[in-house]
Amino acid sequence: MADRPVNVVIATDCGSTTTKAILIEKVGDVYRQTFRGEAPTTVEAPFEDVTKGVLNSIQEVEELSGRKILDGEKIITPANGKVGVDIYVSTSSAGGGLQMMVAGAVLAMTGESAQRCALGGGAIVMDVLASNDGRAGHEKIERIRQLRPDMLLLSGGTDGGTVSHVVELAEYISAADPKPRLGIGYKLPIIFAGNKDAAPRVNEILGEKMALDVTDNIRPTLEKENLMPARHKIHDLFLHHVMQQAPGYKKLIAMCGAPIIPTPAAVGDIIERVAKKEQINVLGVDIGGATTDVFSVFQTVFNRTVSANLGMSYSISNVLAEAGLDNIMRWVPFDIDEQDLRNRIKNKMIRPTTIPFTVDELMIEQAIAREALRLALVQHKMLAVGLKGVQQERSISDAFAQTASGQSLINMMDLNLVIGSGGILSHAPRRVQSMVMMTDSYQLEGITRLAVDSIFMMPHLGVLATVNEKAAPDAFEHDCMVYLGTCIAPVGSGKDGDKCVDLKITGDGLSVNESVPVGELKLYKLDVGKTARLEATPAKGFDLGAGKGKPLSTTIHGGVGGILVDTRGRPLQLPTDKKQRVAVLTRWSKALDLYPELKK
Amino acid sequence: MAHAYTPGLRVTDSAVIRKRRILPIQGTVLVKAGQKVTANDVVAKAEIPGKVHTVNIVNKLSIEAREVKRFMRKKEGEVVKKDEVIAENNPMIKWFKTTVQSPIDGTIESISEVTGQVLLREPPKPLNLLAYIDGTVAEVIEKEGAVVETPAAFCQGIFGIGGETSGVIEPVAKSPDQDLSPADITAAHAGRILIGGKHASMPVIRKAIEVKAAAIVIGGIHDKDLREILGKDLGVAITGTENIGLTLIITEGFGSIPMARKTFDLLVGKKGKKASCSGATQIRAGVIRPEIVIPADSKGGPGGPEGEKLGMKPGDPVRIIREPMFGRLGAVKSLPPDLTSIPTESHVRVLVVSFPDGSEATIPRANVETIES
Repeated sequence: MADRPVNVVIATDCGSTTTKAILIEKVGDVYRQTFRGEAPTTVEAPFEDVTKGVLNSIQEVEELSGRKILDGEKIITPANGKVGVDIYVSTSSAGGGLQMMVAGAVLAMTGESAQRCALGGGAIVMDVLASNDGRAGHEKIERIRQLRPDMLLLSGGTDGGTVSHVVELAEYISAADPKPRLGIGYKLPIIFAGNKDAAPRVNEILGEKMALDVTDNIRPTLEKENLMPARHKIHDLFLHHVMQQAPGYKKLIAMCGAPIIPTPAAVGDIIERVAKKEQINVLGVDIGGATTDVFSVFQTVFNRTVSANLGMSYSISNVLAEAGLDNIMRWVPFDIDEQDLRNRIKNKMIRPTTIPFTVDELMIEQAIAREALRLALVQHKMLAVGLKGVQQERSISDAFAQTASGQSLINMMDLNLVIGSGGILSHAPRRVQSMVMMTDSYQLEGITRLAVDSIFMMPHLGVLATVNEKAAPDAFEHDCMVYLGTCIAPVGSGKDGDKCVDLKITGDGLSVNESVPVGELKLYKLDVGKTARLEATPAKGFDLGAGKGKPLSTTIHGGVGGILVDTRGRPLQLPTDKKQRVAVLTRWSKALDLYPELKK
Repeated sequence: MAHAYTPGLRVTDSAVIRKRRILPIQGTVLVKAGQKVTANDVVAKAEIPGKVHTVNIVNKLSIEAREVKRFMRKKEGEVVKKDEVIAENNPMIKWFKTTVQSPIDGTIESISEVTGQVLLREPPKPLNLLAYIDGTVAEVIEKEGAVVETPAAFCQGIFGIGGETSGVIEPVAKSPDQDLSPADITAAHAGRILIGGKHASMPVIRKAIEVKAAAIVIGGIHDKDLREILGKDLGVAITGTENIGLTLIITEGFGSIPMARKTFDLLVGKKGKKASCSGATQIRAGVIRPEIVIPADSKGGPGGPEGEKLGMKPGDPVRIIREPMFGRLGAVKSLPPDLTSIPTESHVRVLVVSFPDGSEATIPRANVETIES
């Protein structure tokens, strides 16, 4: 990567609805995000030119900062005093983002690797085809025909392995002759990243019909996954094929000083960098209106999933459909008529830009968010797994443990940091609400630090990181991350009021020496940037990470929320009786001063 | 003057409506620029490739894939009839003869010597693309379709189900706050676009389907009725392909909400006129709202084409689109520029709305929509 000397950067993220611009400037030795602007995205009619929204958002930055950035429709480079910027970079998810279909010989092996590859590249995976996916040949062909993806990824077979299964999939794709989502009359891009022995045959079958690009096998052996070459290819094709069809993108590409990358790929990049730099396990989530993206780095392995229909506005009704009414209502500290609630949710779906005006509406939205976050993590855990089909050497003890290959990498007890992003988390009126939403939905275990992305600038920083090593981490640490604090959650179960954990927390003005019983939520103030020493002794049957009943000593970090002690137990069980549930939720809410008083 | 960008639904007596009619794949355009068309005229046609069927010859004849062509009785590109023999073995003893028959009428698309699969394709299906509205062909897009234009009254709904249809406008509610009853719908409403008031229950919708009404336009329906109509909970609002027996357009939202007076009066005023309507709704990327297009008899008034939406300004009529005053109509009184704290403690941009009864309320700007004309 070329590390360019830059002092002033303008970066945009072209989202489905809004284009967000931020200005990053070097202040002394440190890069800081200084101004931001936003404008409606203009990919759709009547504008049909993404650059209009980009220019409008940059214009807002100009007005706020006093820096002249635009000369008509051109970005002035390089920076000279208060005129111009050194570089302009952008990400994009407008027009529904990058939509892909992937195929692999065996669903749980190359099929899964292909899915991980596309998701890591920032795509939404519309379907995964495999020889053993349970569908008959004609059903597969029919499915491929129905979908209008932006791109396909065909994998299958280890090098030297099966050829026929891969060729069979190529034959199905050829017969279906899928059409691209954007634009009529151009060849749909397809990447072949499977058994190299099958490449000539695949070329014979698909080379004429589609824009075929052959790259290294994503699964050269069962024991190895090699996703990066195919992922780079996805970005190349995204830039040079897909985006060329989207309105105004040719102009946008010409304006940018670095390749445009899909928004989720940029977010994934920055999260991966954080995990690597701090040598920690990180879980990131971006809950949007239509989709929820989950990113994780556990044991240095990066994974991303996107739950395409879990979101807080366009897809809010789908959260209700998937989670069920009872699961949503279990987080709401009052009773509401079912028909009324269902109508309210549908009305949010059809008018997605509206916001809660009353506290009870806010509580309902935050209850729905908990379920969207929970379901998205369930989906993430299923894909963020070790490689399946790997031969394992087993000792006698392993044989007794019966561990299989393909275990989920997500172990909540080993999680060090959760980063939340998206309006419902980043803009919760009280920061502690975000803390509790993530604690509830993820059922955090042991000691976990929590943060939110202040203004959703991770995409901008992800793309900036590709041109400058220092600017992105600087702005990330100083302006992007809002640390909420730390959650202390012993794992285990017991009766309310029984002993759960003895806590001694000292440092930076905080002194706690308390035994916290089962069934409580408590919050201790410890400001951003401050740390404290935690000496905790969980009761027998409870585990904070050192083992059941074993004491633990560590440093904990404060934040705008503080230190949240959660002794409600894991797995978290809420009363099924409506009255009891409302009572217990109200008690916890009051203990944390979670909401303003309800005026009824 | 203060103004703000806000989404709105268009309700206008005089506009120029342009509809892009585009084939899903390339085909033939049948109309010329300047030609008059009616809603049911075909403007373009294409042949959608037939369904593909797979037959694994290797498994059926117990042979090797590379030998497959030797056992085929039909070649790639050849036309076959259903049950016609397409492959067979040739054993020494006739008793062991095995034949493979075509599962369809169609053609042999490909024979693979790697997988032993034979792909057969059904004959193509013709697709006729209709004009959808009465009007004039304003533009021809070669091989893809045409743009049809007409001066018209135009009305957008907030959500709909069911595809494009046309019929004569028939008001069935006497006022915008009337709750329809099944008795309001009669056999005389066959093929009509029915204009209702604040709510249509499931029995009303069923009756409309039964009498073969073309469409119902109504203030609101309950979510539970939508689930019953669709047989599932609608997760994401992408609609228009449902086949429920009519097109349903709601103008205000879910619940029992009186139709905006302006919308109601406009539609009722068009009683007896031919109109086209569509329930297709898409709320993500590329917003599509359901609509009613009532072509004008003459050139129409001074309306302009669908264009850039203007900002909201004092005096503009607005509809509140979120609880606690969901569905109320009023006018913008002022647009305070500063962020204001609302009961949730969020700091947001607000507006002051004045209501016809003289009362006022401060509402987040995100929670109103302008009623555009």
